[in-house]
Amino acid sequence: MEVPILKQGAYLIATIQSALTDADIVHLRDALVEQVGRYRALGVIIDVTSLDVMDSFATGTLQDVAHMVRLRGAETVIVGIQPDVAFAMVHMGLTLEGVTTSLDLEEGLAYLSRSSKASRSR
Amino acid sequence: MALTELQEDNKRSTVDSTSVLLRELVSHLGQNRTQLREEWVRRITQAQLLTAMTKEEIFAEATSVYDSYVEALETRTLEALQAYAQNLSERIIPRGVETHEVVGIVLLLRDVLARSLFSKYHTDASLHNRVLDAYEPAANAIAITVAVGFVRERERIIREQQEAIRELSTPVLQVRERLLILPIIGLIDPHRARQLTEQLLRGIRANRAKVVVIDITGVAAMDANVANHLVLTVESARLLGARVIVTGLSPEIAQTLVNIGVDLGKMNTVGDLQGGIEEAERLLGYKVVPNLLEPVPAA
Repeated sequence: MEVPILKQGAYLIATIQSALTDADIVHLRDALVEQVGRYRALGVIIDVTSLDVMDSFATGTLQDVAHMVRLRGAETVIVGIQPDVAFAMVHMGLTLEGVTTSLDLEEGLAYLSRSSKASRSR
Repeated sequence: MALTELQEDNKRSTVDSTSVLLRELVSHLGQNRTQLREEWVRRITQAQLLTAMTKEEIFAEATSVYDSYVEALETRTLEALQAYAQNLSERIIPRGVETHEVVGIVLLLRDVLARSLFSKYHTDASLHNRVLDAYEPAANAIAITVAVGFVRERERIIREQQEAIRELSTPVLQVRERLLILPIIGLIDPHRARQLTEQLLRGIRANRAKVVVIDITGVAAMDANVANHLVLTVESARLLGARVIVTGLSPEIAQTLVNIGVDLGKMNTVGDLQGGIEEAERLLGYKVVPNLLEPVPAA
């Protein structure tokens, strides 16, 4: 299943609706990284609220997205990780090192608007 | 007639005679209900059992126990008695009735009844023996049922209370908008550690917390497993978008954390709870300013 990517102001929002295959995730990665440049986006939000499992491939790929987006000049926030999922991930050593995480979409947007304001005023 | 058939026949007649004897026993107990029941209550009072209950209550309880007892002998099933024993336990445990009292009164009833059987059958020793053969296993089964029912009810209450204590012992408190405090006091075993994590992560979601202060001043020491669990909890909270500040680490716990090789870049620790809250307020952008113009009026 393909993940829709919405453009909201200077941000791209990808909401994952259901469990994804590895190919879907790779597809999402490529689409996001490409669109960051095309829309000159300042931030990317990936909403995983409806996922009740995050395996090592998904986690690793989302981490790659964050790093690639950073190299393309924008920031990534992963939002909506469920408490049980969070603990399971940490147990498996999948800590999303160096990636910003937020409680939900609202928090993620608030974080991005703060940090992009900060970078613009610099 | 073959030998085995003879044995079969013998066995059947034993079974038959057991039920005949029990029926006779039941009618005997029914006829002497008033007298035996009074004798039993007298023995209970004499032995100073059930001191938490009034005389009338003991008598009322004794009556229903007696009747269920006779009924159990009559129907030779324990289900009804089991239910009654549970119901009785539910009523008397909160009043402080002890296990030895419950077992004591059931054994007293057994004695009272055995004695009455003796006075009825003592002229015929072999019949008396057979009556006791029928009575004793049934009476023992009843005594066990009541005692087990009581102990089981007690254990259920203890389990419930343990659960309640565990929940009480890990409160998640909101002290400011988006700031939670989790004071931990006492020993942390793996079960409690799991529960703590669960409550904290749920609390973060429910209160939309951004910063959490975990205060472990009241925890003297923790083993490597629990310390590892604490680190995992801090990491999980980060995945939910909350930052965790751990305060009040004792020297022993600091030692444990260093021994398990914790990544100090991931653990934000502050000396005491006050410092932790101040740090949390700073992270949230609060600034606490003393109001010097309007000093607090003297009490």
